[in-house]
Amino acid sequence: MTELSLRLAVTFAQILAEMSIVMITVATLTYFERKVLGWMQDRMGPMEVGPYGLLQPVADGIKLFFKEDIVPAGANKAMFALAPMLTMVVAMIGFAVIPFGPNITLDIYGITIKPFVVADINIGVLYILAIASIGAYGIILGGWASNSKYSLLGGLRAAAQVISYELNVGLALVGVLMLAGTLSLVQITEAQSGGFWHWFIWGGRPDGFFPIHTQIFAFVVFIISAVAETNRIPFDLPEAESELVAGFFTEYSGMRFAFFVSAEYANMTLVSCVASALFLGGWNAPYPGTILEYIGLEQLAWVEHIVWFAAKVYFFLFLFIWIRATLPRLRYDQLMRFGWKVMLPIALANIIITSITLYFFPR
Amino acid sequence: MEQVFFFYFALVIAAASVLVVALRNPIYSALALLIMFFHVAGLYVTLHAEFLAAVQIIVYAGAILVLYLFVVMLLNLRQDDRYHRQWPMAGIVGATLVIEAIILTVMKGWTAPVVAAGTETTVGATTNAGAIGDVLYSTYLFPFEVASLILLVAMIGAIMLAKKDIVEVNSEG
Repeated sequence: MTELSLRLAVTFAQILAEMSIVMITVATLTYFERKVLGWMQDRMGPMEVGPYGLLQPVADGIKLFFKEDIVPAGANKAMFALAPMLTMVVAMIGFAVIPFGPNITLDIYGITIKPFVVADINIGVLYILAIASIGAYGIILGGWASNSKYSLLGGLRAAAQVISYELNVGLALVGVLMLAGTLSLVQITEAQSGGFWHWFIWGGRPDGFFPIHTQIFAFVVFIISAVAETNRIPFDLPEAESELVAGFFTEYSGMRFAFFVSAEYANMTLVSCVASALFLGGWNAPYPGTILEYIGLEQLAWVEHIVWFAAKVYFFLFLFIWIRATLPRLRYDQLMRFGWKVMLPIALANIIITSITLYFFPR
Repeated sequence: MEQVFFFYFALVIAAASVLVVALRNPIYSALALLIMFFHVAGLYVTLHAEFLAAVQIIVYAGAILVLYLFVVMLLNLRQDDRYHRQWPMAGIVGATLVIEAIILTVMKGWTAPVVAAGTETTVGATTNAGAIGDVLYSTYLFPFEVASLILLVAMIGAIMLAKKDIVEVNSEG
């Protein structure tokens, strides 16, 4: 029984640490997005609160916490309260299978733990896909329970969009899964160690740099579909200001609004983590091994791994904001046509080509 | 420990299934169905069928039930219209099933079924996903292909039904 309670305690500590990291990232992102957008549009962004506006996320948090919580007349109260919670929980639990650092094990009082991944399950990728598909419920229910036509239209759009693009996300990952031969995110990342030419975006064979198994098309499909699945510009039809006020969260205020917004940033972080782990080698540095290892600090090699992982994740987060600053919003029929008639055939062709090259040039 | 989880999942599955048909609001029914799907997935996990659990959630909870919700919201069903005089038929079917269950229980007793030697298929793969892949693409290849053909036919049929109006409108105009 003591072993069980110790295991539970360690797992809870890991979950707490992971959630803190994610929430800090979300708070940073709200600042980062406004600053980067400001620079790209030749203005300053937040400057008033703290030096360079660094305390803006704190001020925003306090403001949202003390705002009045309004439930519209005629709303379904239970569903109205459930929707933001569902969205937030779903956005947070996806991080359980993400490996933040190298696959090392620690022995504490007879139990073995992996410090940099909460749960190394052998269906990690499917778990992420399952969690992502559940994310639609919070949006649909929030839109329906608000008893507002803008919210309902936003919710229905979100449902159609998430279902369409989820398919492309899943199919884009199949090529990577075939190369790695496993569904565990830890093992997929380990399969890409030893230099950037082994990352699955190039897919070089272990015996030399010849990118025959390149997954770069799957990578592009994945990134575009991920932007669509997180309801970001240019695919933010469910919350299009010019048509639907604010879409599915028009009627939300205070902390419930904050939940929806934080969940969107957490989802962005999650897809960035998945993209780094599956296509850009996760915690692996672009060169074989680590610098800290060469200069004789093997014990600290994990620091370098984590720094590389964070750098890749923040590159993707910057890309999301960059796209937002660059591209105008699509029309709804363009969105659907693009998803089904452009993205889907590319993803399917990538699967066929990858299986043919794998058959003739096995890894 | 496993017994505790099994009874928890089984209890919630049974309760949620009853709620699906008993609740008045179709949205609540769909949510009860969602809870049931999750617990069925949990049951698969206790059986070490993680792949099935994930697929259960992706396919049923993630795709099919979202479409149900979609339809329910678009049609905006009146809550009273759900029960058209179906009680007699439901009573007959339910009574038959209960009698059947009682007869089977009495005849077989409460003992667990004995697995005949040699009926279990042993597969070489280490993971659950690998095992399913091995069996699906070797032993059960033909049923798998037949199932995919049936789905293809259903898909083409759905497209034909949906496209019929568009074609007629185009030819008229």
